[in-house]
Amino acid sequence: MGIRTAWQAIAQSPRRFLASSWPWRSLAYLLAGIAPSAVVAIGVLALVTAPAGRAAPVVLPLVAVALLLSGPVVARYERWRLRLLEPGLEPDRWRPTRGAGRRALEAGYGVVCVVALWLIDLAVVALSLLLPAGLTLTALRSADAGGGAQAAMLAAAALLLPLAAYPVTAWAGARSALARAILAHRELELDERLVEVTHSRARLVDAFELERRRIERDLHDGAQQRLVALTVALGLARIDLAPGSEAATQVDAAHEQAKVALAELRELIRGVHPQVLTDRGLPAAVDDAAGRSPVRVATDVVLPRRLPPGIEVAAYFAVCEALANVAKHSRATRASVRGRLVDDLLVLEVRDDGVGGADPAGGSGLIGLADRVAVVDGRLLLSSPPGGPTLVRVEIPCGQPVTSG
Amino acid sequence: MRPAGHLRIVLAEDGVLLREGLSELLRRFGHTVVAAVGDAPALTAAVEAEAPDIVVTDVRMPPGFSDEGLRAALALRATHPSLAVLVLSQYVEQTYAAELLDAGPGGATAGVGYLLKDRVGDVAEFAEAVSRVAAGGTVIDPEVVRQLLRRRRDPLERLTPREREVLALMAEGWSNGAIARTLVVTEAAVAKHINGILAKLDLPPATDDHRRVRAVLAYLRA
Repeated sequence: MGIRTAWQAIAQSPRRFLASSWPWRSLAYLLAGIAPSAVVAIGVLALVTAPAGRAAPVVLPLVAVALLLSGPVVARYERWRLRLLEPGLEPDRWRPTRGAGRRALEAGYGVVCVVALWLIDLAVVALSLLLPAGLTLTALRSADAGGGAQAAMLAAAALLLPLAAYPVTAWAGARSALARAILAHRELELDERLVEVTHSRARLVDAFELERRRIERDLHDGAQQRLVALTVALGLARIDLAPGSEAATQVDAAHEQAKVALAELRELIRGVHPQVLTDRGLPAAVDDAAGRSPVRVATDVVLPRRLPPGIEVAAYFAVCEALANVAKHSRATRASVRGRLVDDLLVLEVRDDGVGGADPAGGSGLIGLADRVAVVDGRLLLSSPPGGPTLVRVEIPCGQPVTSG
Repeated sequence: MRPAGHLRIVLAEDGVLLREGLSELLRRFGHTVVAAVGDAPALTAAVEAEAPDIVVTDVRMPPGFSDEGLRAALALRATHPSLAVLVLSQYVEQTYAAELLDAGPGGATAGVGYLLKDRVGDVAEFAEAVSRVAAGGTVIDPEVVRQLLRRRRDPLERLTPREREVLALMAEGWSNGAIARTLVVTEAAVAKHINGILAKLDLPPATDDHRRVRAVLAYLRA
């Protein structure tokens, strides 16, 4: 549907506009505004002018206060009414309006609605309908004026009635634009955009993760397999060669080179994506990472379930970087990794008994570590007084899967 | 008539190139590859059909390219307690080694091995590992043992550097004689070190090599 506002509807060809539901919805929109405001206004008037209510000085401030307090209610009703004209609008999930400024704006709008706007609404509707209605009434009353004149008046009324659709719809459009500008939950739209951004970032993380796995698989199936096969072939060739011969020495050297290349490739592949993480989850992967650290690392990671892949990967690499930092900078002899899921918050703590003084600004891996964790909405906390010990704490929320797949 | 040391082997490796290379290697050392397969279901079927002496399998295989080979090996160890299994992996992780050592009915007597895939390039050593596992031995990759030794464990610090070396080789599954050759010392010296290690770690003295390896590994993993 290309037509989204009352004004756009008016700009259409008259036939399409008049055949559409826009004039009727506009009329309903205005009437829905007039009716309650009129009731309130008349009620207030009656209260103030009633003989028993000579106490206008007492009643008036009360009424004023009530009007001001009714802001949220009026606002909510206005938003509901707005959906007559903008069916695509989000259903109004009620929630307290945030911010004093916005509350004041809503209250003010409510007062203006009850005091003035409904009168304009009424005037527009009345004036638009007055001419055709008056003509019709006159025609019906003046039965003696002759059939010709009566028919002419009725015909004129029938012609004017469609014309009334234009001012009604135009004013309804203006009125709804005003209401929307003041009342629409702007924060709602922002929230939606934030969710969307979060999703798209999660998709990106997913895409990276998929890509890493693909690269890991390709390296494993391709280069790694060929290199292993090559070392086997070289190993077999060496058996056939006379020990100490020139050829045997050459093959030996080639064999060693191939083995070094294989070892380097293995480390590279592990850095791209650790297989044990996919197969056995975070506790096992952390155990193995701890086992590879040159510093002795005690691990105690107990999780009730597997975590979403994106979180597992981020947490795993965070631990790896923290352990690498321990090995490189801390001069520690002992370290420990502890991990728990606390109310859907993954908490990982890496401690060491080193010299402390770790500084994120100092070009250590801490910034990269924080970046990794931030990608999955987590955060990094650091305590590292000079003299140690150092504690790196990583917190990652796991309430909902960050990944979509 | 089968020559001494001749083994009937089922080989599972999804990479065609490497499968060919490994088959060639095993043949060169006098064994028969009765079946060379490329995925886990075929491995299980081949074991049923051929009743081999030993299975040599890659961890990662189709269809999932996860740990199908390892899982198949674990299942085979459970259903065929006398089947020797040697698992090759592109990374060695203590996690997988632990699963493999724990598999099978309590105190499974068949040999078990877990080696980094890279080790096959050292063809003679690899062939020897195959033979040791087929003979009921335990072969654990040095990298796994290194990881195990690195774990925090105070009694290990009471060992001398030499004793730690011997302990590592013991955990890898080597016999006294092999340890003596590796360290270029006498077998008697190795026996003395081993007695010292077992005493310091409160492990019972064991004459049987295989049982001793298991005891040491169980200790390191505890």
